[in-house]
Amino acid sequence: MGDTPEKNVEAAGTHGPGARMTMPDLRAWFAREVLPHEARLIQYLRRNWRDKSEIEDLLQEVYVRVYDAAQKQLPEAARAFVFTTARNLLINRFRQQQVVAIEAVADLESLEISADEPTPDRTAIAHDEFRRLQAAIDRLPPRCREAVLLGRIEGLTGREIAQRMAISEAAVSKHLTRGMSLLSDLLHREPLLNRDLGESDPS
Amino acid sequence: MTEPAPLPTAADIKERAAEWLQRREFWTWSKKDQAELDAWRAQSSAHEIAFIRMEGAWNRTMRLGALRQPMRQTKRETRARWSFALRSVAAALALVVLAGASVAWLNYTPEKTFSTAIGERKTLKLADGSSIQLNTDTQITLRMDAGQRHVELLRGEAFFDIHHNDHVPFTVAARGYRVIDLGTKFLVRADRGDLEVSLVEGKARIEVLNKPRQSHSAELSPGDVAVASAGSLSVVRKSQTALATELSWQRGVLIFDNTTLAEAVGELGRYNRRKFVIADPAVARRTIYGAVPATDVEAFIRVARSVMGLKVEQRNGEIVFSQ
Repeated sequence: MGDTPEKNVEAAGTHGPGARMTMPDLRAWFAREVLPHEARLIQYLRRNWRDKSEIEDLLQEVYVRVYDAAQKQLPEAARAFVFTTARNLLINRFRQQQVVAIEAVADLESLEISADEPTPDRTAIAHDEFRRLQAAIDRLPPRCREAVLLGRIEGLTGREIAQRMAISEAAVSKHLTRGMSLLSDLLHREPLLNRDLGESDPS
Repeated sequence: MTEPAPLPTAADIKERAAEWLQRREFWTWSKKDQAELDAWRAQSSAHEIAFIRMEGAWNRTMRLGALRQPMRQTKRETRARWSFALRSVAAALALVVLAGASVAWLNYTPEKTFSTAIGERKTLKLADGSSIQLNTDTQITLRMDAGQRHVELLRGEAFFDIHHNDHVPFTVAARGYRVIDLGTKFLVRADRGDLEVSLVEGKARIEVLNKPRQSHSAELSPGDVAVASAGSLSVVRKSQTALATELSWQRGVLIFDNTTLAEAVGELGRYNRRKFVIADPAVARRTIYGAVPATDVEAFIRVARSVMGLKVEQRNGEIVFSQ
């Protein structure tokens, strides 16, 4: 049970005075600086953790640790902080498991994170954004996609969508929930879309 | 372990966040709902993060309606405001043509012509409760007497919402075909190569004008779209959504759903006098989603520039799109 991951994280991730943030600032910071790394982060976790059914929970754990730490002190280099947190979490889990895949350790050891890597060029991404959205929307199940499009493009309310699709409001609610949930994965994780993030693999 | 694994899985929490978000975005939302959501978010960092993450992705899909964005302000009220705005526009454009009581109509024989200019829409309300909506650049003649109600679509596109009357059939003639109402709402479009008749509600029959008994006829049910040319008549089916998309002009909006830029610009051209040119075939093939006010060329250009990253130049009165 050795050292806590938090200790490692803080040693590796935060520098300087940092700043206390208000809640809206913190939320905005998280959306802007942390979420864009999700595709890479998922890739990293998948490669290093055998049980794929636990990836979602690991991701959440990383996010919670980053968020809670940022509440106390804002890390200067968000990307480095996120990946260091992930690494420390995995190391900790390996220790608890006592069964460690050798490749995984090697991968973890060699993990180097450069803090000053350029953030993706936002204007370049903006140009692809529309296409990216289309690709994501295309991958929704048909009814789900229909509900989302009626809501998003035509600006219909849930009730209006129900009328248009001739289904119950509860069913619309289900389609929208599913649609939003799937879109959150598709949009945050589509690796080809984040080409600037995707090329600079740390391992 | 430094902390015990939380009981709900990350997937559960994600689902719950989506649940909350769709409730806020699409259904009635009270102060109490907001307070409950705030409480849920405050319960744990995992909840908070799941919601930020869900909202972040959903906000990105805003671009789907990007063409419309200049007209919206904030999420909730805008939807109402938008549809209200559309309704006001529709109401302002609605032209009530009727004079006299319904009896007068039935005896009313003379043929009368109605038309719309490019970018204009008109609604004709008939005494029997039926209505006809003319889309951009459309011309019809209307003739009504005791025994029949008859429209000739000379050009353009019109939507018919007809009160069925067994004794007084309603027919629409266009391009050598006749559509006979059997209690319906339908759309007739004669602005492209083929004549298209889309049935939205009820039933209708389409047949060749001169040889009604021959094989060139079909009975249409909702969702059917008859495509008729001089030599042939075929019927395809469209989804409700596809039909709704075709009818979006009634609200002054063009909806693009996986539409190529070439098609989109073609549609836009129907409502605007300005000419569009796509300089590059690769650009013409790019597809878009979105909704655009039919007569707002500037909004379309804005999105072509900022969202699609295209170069848009205006020269010699033409609007040129290129990479």
